[in-house]
Amino acid sequence: MNFETYQALLRFYTDYAACIDHGDLDRWPDFFLDDCVYRVQPRENYDRGLPLATMSLESKGMLKDRVYGVKETLFHDPYYQRHIVGAPMVLEDTAELIVSEANYVVIRTKPGEPSEVYNAGRYLDRIRRTADGLRFEQRLCVFDSELIPNSLIYPI
Amino acid sequence: MSTVETPRTELTWPGEGTSRIPYAAYTSEELYRRELERFFYRSHWCYVGLEAEIPEPGNFKRTVIGERSVIVVRDKDGAINVVENVCAHRGVAFCRARHGTVKDFVCPYHQWSYDLKGNLQGVPFRRGVKQDGQVHGGMPKDFDPKDNGLNKLKVATRNGVIFASFDHGIESLEDFLGPDVLHYFDRVFDGRKLTILGYSRQRIPGNWKLMQENIKDPYHPGLLHTWFITFGLWRADQKSQMVMDAHGRHACMISRRNQGGASEVTKGVSSFKEDMTLNDPRFLDVQPEPWWGGPTAVMMTLFPSVIIQQQVNSVSTRHIQPVGKDAFDFVWTHFGFEEDDAEMTQRRLRQANLFGPAGFVSADDGEVIEFSQQGFRQRPEHATVVEMGGREVENTDHMVTETLIRGMYRYWRKVMEAGPVHTSTLAAPESGVAQSKERGRRCT
Repeated sequence: MNFETYQALLRFYTDYAACIDHGDLDRWPDFFLDDCVYRVQPRENYDRGLPLATMSLESKGMLKDRVYGVKETLFHDPYYQRHIVGAPMVLEDTAELIVSEANYVVIRTKPGEPSEVYNAGRYLDRIRRTADGLRFEQRLCVFDSELIPNSLIYPI
Repeated sequence: MSTVETPRTELTWPGEGTSRIPYAAYTSEELYRRELERFFYRSHWCYVGLEAEIPEPGNFKRTVIGERSVIVVRDKDGAINVVENVCAHRGVAFCRARHGTVKDFVCPYHQWSYDLKGNLQGVPFRRGVKQDGQVHGGMPKDFDPKDNGLNKLKVATRNGVIFASFDHGIESLEDFLGPDVLHYFDRVFDGRKLTILGYSRQRIPGNWKLMQENIKDPYHPGLLHTWFITFGLWRADQKSQMVMDAHGRHACMISRRNQGGASEVTKGVSSFKEDMTLNDPRFLDVQPEPWWGGPTAVMMTLFPSVIIQQQVNSVSTRHIQPVGKDAFDFVWTHFGFEEDDAEMTQRRLRQANLFGPAGFVSADDGEVIEFSQQGFRQRPEHATVVEMGGREVENTDHMVTETLIRGMYRYWRKVMEAGPVHTSTLAAPESGVAQSKERGRRCT
């Protein structure tokens, strides 16, 4: 992978994290292709080959529906998210596709409360090069955290 | 063997019967300890898993009953055993893996080993060590392995679901559930082989009873869960029935989906979103299944330990695992049936987006439970109002009622307010009282 591509990949990861950390949810589906997979899945299920995911979205439309649900229908305690994303490990790099992984930690802060480690895991990504830039064909968030502290509302 | 209980906290119950529940019922450490003893450790069958989780001999899973760690294991004869995860020797909670396959159980500390029925089979240096023609050490001659096995629980399985009890004198699982609830249990679990789709685990910072109450409360879904009301999955005017067992401890909320959209009942529901449509309608690609037999959703609360969910094509068990008076772990096991084709499996998985810790209609249940507990902590002398649909306990054919919660607390009071108990007669129905002695716990 040349420097320019790696730089573009880093920028893509950074933009994604900034988007959800800023709560700019309407922009979140734009990181994905129309035909895409986004999944937040316990490592337990992933490692055992069990298909259930905590959040399992199969199209950009579903991502938009999730955003609508978060903003308009789900009742929840407000909180900030802060993503700390490690350097990506590139597994495959072709003219169309980048396959990469990166570790992440999400810190949650509720109003009036200390910050806490909320979710720790890794991204398993398949990223397509398109005319508009890089886009996720797949982003799996496989998390180690054995218990979700009550609920998981925003995307990881 | 009797259990010594500490002096008893008495609650003040304002109002009639159980229509007002004292906040202290959710915040008292002493009452919580009594609940563990009387509901989780005695006279009640507690859910521990599904047979499909341990299909082969040697397969095991570790789980809990109340706060006690137990192992559910299939032995080489194919029988299912449940043993307490406490070594007879020095009390080590020896089983660390959450699931796996073993030939026997070996405690790492001194390598005491047990067969998969919990019998002690090996004690290193039991006969001592020979040195210079002399035998040193060893266990006393009268040490009998038969008396030093793991604590074995009583086990009941029904159509693939496994329950266990520390109380060997307990009534049968069928009597425990009662005929009306058993009918709906068998509707989901009719003997078809189950397939495990996966797990979700969350810790909810509220008293464990609040989750039972949440699923005994048909008043909230059409208000809290905007998703439900918009798509007609749960609305105050749909055909429904609230059914309890004779004690009022278990319940079924049975309902039939309507068309969704705006109507008389959506007026005045501030959470209703008339313009809400899905970009991807596959979330609600509902396919009626023959075994439903009419209702599109049946939510069952089996007291004290489990909820059985059938919401259209999504089916799961939800295991309540108390962690102190202020929190519980909520473990979801989503499953399907062996006869499901790939499309049906995909449908069940897709609809699982509605449920679990991130679910469109479940995430907010955990949130409101947390907020209730915060309020209880603040004003322990106060009481909740549970008067929707009256102050009585009765089955109904509508959902504008909190009768199931009142029923649960009528039972709760009966058990919790009885004097110190030495036998498991508490939970027995008025007729056919089951006498039993509580089996002494080893390893404590």
